[in-house]
Formats: sequence, C-alpha cells, structure tokens
Amino acid sequence: MRSTSLVLVSHSAQLAAGLVEVAAQMAPDVDLRAAGGTDDDRIGTSFERVENAVAGALENGADAVVVLTDLGSATLTAESVLEMLDDDRVRLVDAPFVEAAVAAAVAAQGGGDLDGVAAAARTAIVGFQDAAGSAAPPADPAETPTSDGAVARSLTLTNSLGLHARPAAMVARKAADFDAQVSINGVDAASVLALMALGLTGGAQVELRASGPQAVEAAEAIAADIEGGFGES
Amino acid sequence: MTDTDTLGIDWALDWVRGCAATVTEHRARLIDLDRAIGDGDHGENLYRGFTAVLGKLDAAEPATVGDVLKLVATTLMSTVGGAAGPLYGTAFLRGAKAADGPEVDAAGVAAVLEAGLGGIVARGKAEVGDKTMVDAWTPAAAAAQQVADDGGSAAQAWRAAADAARAGAETTDPLVAHKGRASYLGERAIGHRDPGAESSALLIEAAAVAAGA
Repeated sequence: MRSTSLVLVSHSAQLAAGLVEVAAQMAPDVDLRAAGGTDDDRIGTSFERVENAVAGALENGADAVVVLTDLGSATLTAESVLEMLDDDRVRLVDAPFVEAAVAAAVAAQGGGDLDGVAAAARTAIVGFQDAAGSAAPPADPAETPTSDGAVARSLTLTNSLGLHARPAAMVARKAADFDAQVSINGVDAASVLALMALGLTGGAQVELRASGPQAVEAAEAIAADIEGGFGES
Repeated sequence: MTDTDTLGIDWALDWVRGCAATVTEHRARLIDLDRAIGDGDHGENLYRGFTAVLGKLDAAEPATVGDVLKLVATTLMSTVGGAAGPLYGTAFLRGAKAADGPEVDAAGVAAVLEAGLGGIVARGKAEVGDKTMVDAWTPAAAAAQQVADDGGSAAQAWRAAADAARAGAETTDPLVAHKGRASYLGERAIGHRDPGAESSALLIEAAAVAAGA
C-alpha cells in the first residue's frame, strides 16, 4: 500500500496539533505529524522538531512526505530541513496552511503519491472561490449525458449542515477511489476544497455526474452517502 | 608556499571559536540594533546558537573544514530561532559543501563565501540593497574572488572579504528595508544598521582573524 505522510509545521505547537486533529478526521489512516513551536515550546519553529517529524514518518514506512508550513520562518526552517535531508521523497508545498493540509490529507487518504498529494495541497493556493470556479467546466443541468457510461443524478442534501468539511472529504475520497471522473454542481468531486467552496447546506440541490469505466459505481456510492445524510442528522 | 596560503581544520576550529567569542562580545550591540528595527532577538539567538556549537565541537571531533562548517550549520539551524537560524544554517551548510578537501585556498575561500551567499539568497530571497545579510556577503564574496584571481593567499582572501563585509554592513545604515520585519517600518528603518548585515561582518571578520590576517 502506497502511503504519503504529512508534516504540519507551525509557529505554534497548538496550531500544528490542532490542524493534525482536523485533518485526521478526514484522513484517519494517514500518518499526520505536528511540528510546532520551538524546542522549549515558545512561539517559533524548531529545525529538530521538523526533522524528527519527517524522519519519523519515513521510519514509520511512508513512501513520501509532504511538508506544509504556516508562515515566514516556518517555511525557512522547513526548507533548511529539506536541504539538509536532500531526499527526493520529501517535498515542501508553500500553500495556505489549513486548506492545503485538508486537501493533502484527503488525497493521501485516497492513496495519493507524492505528486498527487503535493498537487492537492497546491489547489489550496488558488483559494476557495477560484477552486470552485476552475476545477471543472460548469455543468449544464439540462444537458443529456451522451458519452458512454456517463451518469447524472439529481439529489437533495438531507443533513442540516450539508457539504461541510467532513462530508466533503467523504465525497472526495469516494470520487478518488473509483476509476471515474465525478463532478458535483460542475466542480471536481475529488477536490475537497472545491466541494467545500460550493457552500452547499442542508436542502440544497446536488447535480452529481460521473463518467468513465466505474461511473455507475462511483455515482451510486456517493449518492448513497448524500441520501444517508453522511451519517448526520 | 607560506603557511597561510591555504587553511585547514585548525583554522576552521579557530574560526568557529572566534564566532562564538565575537557574538558574545557584541551580543548587546546586536540586540540593540535588532530592537531598533526588528524584534530584538538577533544577539541573543546568535549567542545561544554559537554557544551550542562550542558545546558540540569537542564531542563531535570533526576531521575536515567541511565537517566543522556542517556542524555549525546543523547546530545553528536547530538552536537559533527566527529567520537567522535557517539563513546562517543554510549559508554554513552550503559553505561546508564548497569547502571540499582538507585545505582551503583563496579560490576556496571565495567558493565558500559564494556558496554561503547562495544559501542566504535561496532562503531569504533578498537582493543587494534590501538592507539584509546579503549586503555584507555579496561584496565579501566578490573581494575574496578578486584576491584569488590575483593569486593571493587564503588569509588575504579572508582579510579582503572581512573588510568588504564591514563596508557592506555600513552601507545598510541609510537604507529602507525590503525584507524581514524591518521592512514593515518603511522609512523609520533609515539610519539604523541591519543587524544581520552587522553580524555577518562580525562572523567574516572572525574568519580573517583566525587566518591570522
């Protein structure tokens, strides 16, 4: 099983740990490591903590490690660690911390490799609005699917909070699990950031489309989640 | 060939001890400079960093100039907070790679300074005139290269580099900062020397003193 780990570097130990907590909810099987604060737990970043987190992930069997940072000297520190390690399996992505961590964690949960997880993290750079607008061409609800195996379903979000972070991550994981291209309301359903950017709440209409070899299976699996309210009320 | 044509492990060890001595001696001044246009921790951070280097030096038993510089790099990166740790850490790390072999000649001095400058630029993305360490390292590397081109010794290269770094640090006084925390101050940074450029000049001076120049 291919595995990509994440190291989250912050000036604050609490911020790094908190972000691990958030990302873990969406990516329970990914090795997520916090590297926040200085060696004596002041605000700042520690070369040793970052180095230990990366080394720990690799020792734990990670095939690759994506490092994300909050700002300023955290990025400098992480860059220095990477220069020292000189290891192709480790990559820093300079992108909005929280959004990139969520997107990368979901991609890693789906078995993404170094390039895949890094690319997912980079989707956070364009920001929520752009991610929603550019992830996929807007779907025309009246359009009749013509290509082989393409399916379209119209659904209603039944849970009150709708497509918030956790359900969006569920959908993105399923979309990535199947050999299919899936879109929801015109955005790439494999992108957790694009899904969250739709801002769909309970009662909203969802246009689910899928194409590709496993289009039917993908659409059914995601539709079942939506109709089941993602296990929420 | 005189004994100062090239420099080896003994010089490298003396340089590092000299770095620790000079940041200890000028700790308060660096703190004052950084308090004026930064967050006031530069002197304390470097003092802590080089004190830690001294602590590791005896146990590590480095064998080459490169080993010494790499030990400085890893220690500074892990003990100096803020931006200075990664900046100086990367400078010494790349300098260690450039100091290939048991002895460093004048061209080697230029290579170490050029590599160190490259590391600082890679991390900090600053240019000459941004009121940073780069304003000291850039003329230092050029001066050492000039000595190497003229057939001078390693010690002469360090002396020229140290003088150029000192002059370079002084050029930061009237500048507006374009990188780091001082850049938030705009014109209020004018009249204050950049603490990173000042500490760079001190460290390069220590290399020249260790070389007997």
